[in-house]
Amino acid sequence: MHIFLDLIKVLLGTVWDVLPIALIIFGFQIFVLRKALSNLKKIITGFVLVLLGLAFFLEGLEAALFPLGKLMAQQLTDPSFIAHGKALSELHWLDYKWVYLFALAIGFSTTIAEPSLLAVAIKANQVSAGAIGIWGLRIAVALGVAIGITLGVYRIVTGTALYWYIITGYVFVVIQTIYAPRMIIALAYDSGGVTTSTVTVPLVAALGLGLATTVPGRSPLLDGFGLIAFASLFPIMSVMAYAQISEWKADRLHKKST
Amino acid sequence: MNSLRAIFTSLLDSLRDLLPIILVIGFFQFVVLQQTIPNFGEIALGIVFVVIGLTLFVHGLNMGLFPIGESMAYAFASKGSLFWLLTFAFSLGFGTTVAEPALIAVADEAAVVAASGNMIEDSERSRDTYSFWLRITVALSVGFAIMLGVLRIIKGWPIQYLIIGGYIGVVIMTVFAPKEIIGIAYDSGGVTTSTITVPLVTALGVGLASSIKGRNPMTDGFGLIAFASLTPMIFVMAYGMVV
Repeated sequence: MHIFLDLIKVLLGTVWDVLPIALIIFGFQIFVLRKALSNLKKIITGFVLVLLGLAFFLEGLEAALFPLGKLMAQQLTDPSFIAHGKALSELHWLDYKWVYLFALAIGFSTTIAEPSLLAVAIKANQVSAGAIGIWGLRIAVALGVAIGITLGVYRIVTGTALYWYIITGYVFVVIQTIYAPRMIIALAYDSGGVTTSTVTVPLVAALGLGLATTVPGRSPLLDGFGLIAFASLFPIMSVMAYAQISEWKADRLHKKST
Repeated sequence: MNSLRAIFTSLLDSLRDLLPIILVIGFFQFVVLQQTIPNFGEIALGIVFVVIGLTLFVHGLNMGLFPIGESMAYAFASKGSLFWLLTFAFSLGFGTTVAEPALIAVADEAAVVAASGNMIEDSERSRDTYSFWLRITVALSVGFAIMLGVLRIIKGWPIQYLIIGGYIGVVIMTVFAPKEIIGIAYDSGGVTTSTITVPLVTALGVGLASSIKGRNPMTDGFGLIAFASLTPMIFVMAYGMVV
């Protein structure tokens, strides 16, 4: 039954994290705006629900998915699993095929479950009056994260410098910005930051550290980092691509009907 | 009866959100690694927790976080004081970041990297100091980012010029920053925005853009998170150069 005890601990931790936010909000509300909130009761209920929800969510992840996922990341990057008796230094980058597949799959699936992305998708759907689909946006972002993390894993295996990838990515983003529909640009930039949070970071960090420990010549301290950077850059591109494809489809449909 | 049904549907929605992870972990566990699931009962209970948690979170979002973010945006817009709005934006960015658990973890690791690269003395005290000021640096950069983002919404500046300017800043800093800090700096952009900050800040931006005449909530309302994930990279590299 210690899962319930842990739940209470996590809940207290979440309350502690939210405290500064609540203080700022209510402080400004009372001392600067000096206006009573008309639906205070509802808002406080909402805050309590968010706290409870996050506590359940985090404790559930901690009890079920993180131990298994982290262990899996270690096992998949373990020399005995990858090398099959060969010397580590003789390995070809393709020998890490399961690691790439795991990176792709875990990047996609953890992003779909990311609560902050869900929040932004709900808001974008409301604001765009339905033009941006909740699922469309989430899948576009998840694909971006999946591709980004896989490429990041390839970088750790091959040992190329991180900044070349990131700078090339920036160039792509700038070029895409010129051609993408204007309404999507701010949202696309935002989606880079929201993807990496509660669910994705712990699993991806375990993958990066495990891999950097195994691959000869990599240091976990220096090369273990960088996966998050990939995961926050690639969704920008995939979301703009999603908007470009939707626009192109709509154009074609429009031309057909006229 | 109806509300029971609504709860049931949203629980199902949450389960569907979680299904991909369950499938991925199941596939790798059974097919690739060929192992069984240890302590199945606890894992099943954990999954139930995650589903309940996600459902409560989404309800709380629509009841609490979104409305408060928006109503504050309207209140600030009608009050018309730019000074207080910017102060609020800065405090929100700084306050939500400085105690962020993910950031604390990254800052501690950064201190270890810095010590092993002989950038600082390898003692617990100097590592703690390094990690503490790194956190302050990142929190300041996020406060600055939200402030700048709010100013952009008010003035209606196109976001792409600011972001591209930020990218150029990152590239220039990369050239001069110590090699050890680059990976951490790039990662720090992603870890600053937490699950509670994101909905609040998004609602604030969208609310501001809808209450100011001539702004479009879609093109102008989003983008605050983008600033908050860009500035930490620049600030952390600057920190690495100074310390």
